[in-house]
Amino acid sequence: MYTQGLDQAGKGDSPKSGGETKEQLDAFQARIDAEEKIEAKDWMPEAYRKTLIRQISQHAHSEIIGMQPEGNWLTRAPSLKRKAILVAKIQDEAGHGLYLYSAAETLGVSRDQMVADLLSGKAKYSSIFNYPTLTWADIGAIGWLVDGAAIMNQIPLCRCSYGPYSRAMIRVCKEESFHQRQGYEIMLTLCRGTPEQKAMAQDALNRFWWPSLMMFGPNDSASKHSAQSMAWKIKRFSNDELRQKFIDVTVPQADFLGLTVPDEKLRQNKETGHYEHSDIDWQEFFDVISGNGPCNETRMAKRRKAHDDGAWVREAARAYAAKKAEASAAA
Amino acid sequence: MTKQEWPLYEVFIRSKSGLSHRHAGSVHAADDEMALNNARDTYTRRNEGVSIWVVRSDSIVASDPAESSAFFEPAEDKIYRHPTFYDIPDEVDNL
Repeated sequence: MYTQGLDQAGKGDSPKSGGETKEQLDAFQARIDAEEKIEAKDWMPEAYRKTLIRQISQHAHSEIIGMQPEGNWLTRAPSLKRKAILVAKIQDEAGHGLYLYSAAETLGVSRDQMVADLLSGKAKYSSIFNYPTLTWADIGAIGWLVDGAAIMNQIPLCRCSYGPYSRAMIRVCKEESFHQRQGYEIMLTLCRGTPEQKAMAQDALNRFWWPSLMMFGPNDSASKHSAQSMAWKIKRFSNDELRQKFIDVTVPQADFLGLTVPDEKLRQNKETGHYEHSDIDWQEFFDVISGNGPCNETRMAKRRKAHDDGAWVREAARAYAAKKAEASAAA
Repeated sequence: MTKQEWPLYEVFIRSKSGLSHRHAGSVHAADDEMALNNARDTYTRRNEGVSIWVVRSDSIVASDPAESSAFFEPAEDKIYRHPTFYDIPDEVDNL
């Protein structure tokens, strides 16, 4: 999902344990099993802390980078109403990033460190934001599919065992529904418009369908850290379970729009009720997440430039605060 | 780098009058005024509050979770502080 980087088989080290005793680990697991929430200053195994720092910061980075594909259409939104909506949505993405950085900081990592890790390329963000937004319909497809997939993943995260993360996700989920509905409404408007507009919507679905399915991360059989995250109740459902759920609810929505999901093998299994689908092109997924997607370089270049261009503002605010503090001390 | 980071503030929001302020999260800001503005923009984009408190995170004094059983122990054995401790015959009303 927004934290797929964690799931890569064979990549990245498993967080090391911090020399905890078996009694400590058992007592901790007992709290988790009893559905107790873990709070910031509570004792926790080092690996639990590190896993959460990685997951929450990757999630935050995804929200921040996620502003770019949408920002691409801000000045070209088809009406003032759509523009105002898009600005509000992008502001929400920034807000979500900030809730999450705030949650990660409770685990003892500094905001500056997280930002530095994003800018240096050490930290990952979701593969989905490395695809370009070529037409206005892509803004519709992102809201409908990308935010739809995000909701699927984030609702169980509201029950995550770590209190600050769970509370941040509750806040995010409240706002995410607006994102998905406005996206679907864009698609609906296009599909009820001219044949060219409908074709534009179909094209956006064609390009965003598979990358959206990849958001859920590798198949369960290839997902390296899943078992431990499940035991710690950071993760509640497996990648494949969530992906299936997403497909099952999304295909009828595409049918309603009169659009065709770009998968010839897609069909509903009458017995299970679930949709069966073609295999996912995992090579594409690994290429994109390891830096070779269509937009990885431009996304990072833009983020670094924004950070550098903002340096004087951060500097000036600090200088102004220092000056004011001096003046009030003198008075 | 850490030296230059803007200080961290904890944010508390009163969602409507009559309710107490509740912890929402945190923001970084160069000074108190900016902390209030950042808290408003981050945590109340949909009218979630009628009042905001911000306080420097390093100014908060907190009890230690590792010591919590000892810290809260004095209240443990005083069950007579609860109304259910007292047996009152059923015939007695309004008690």
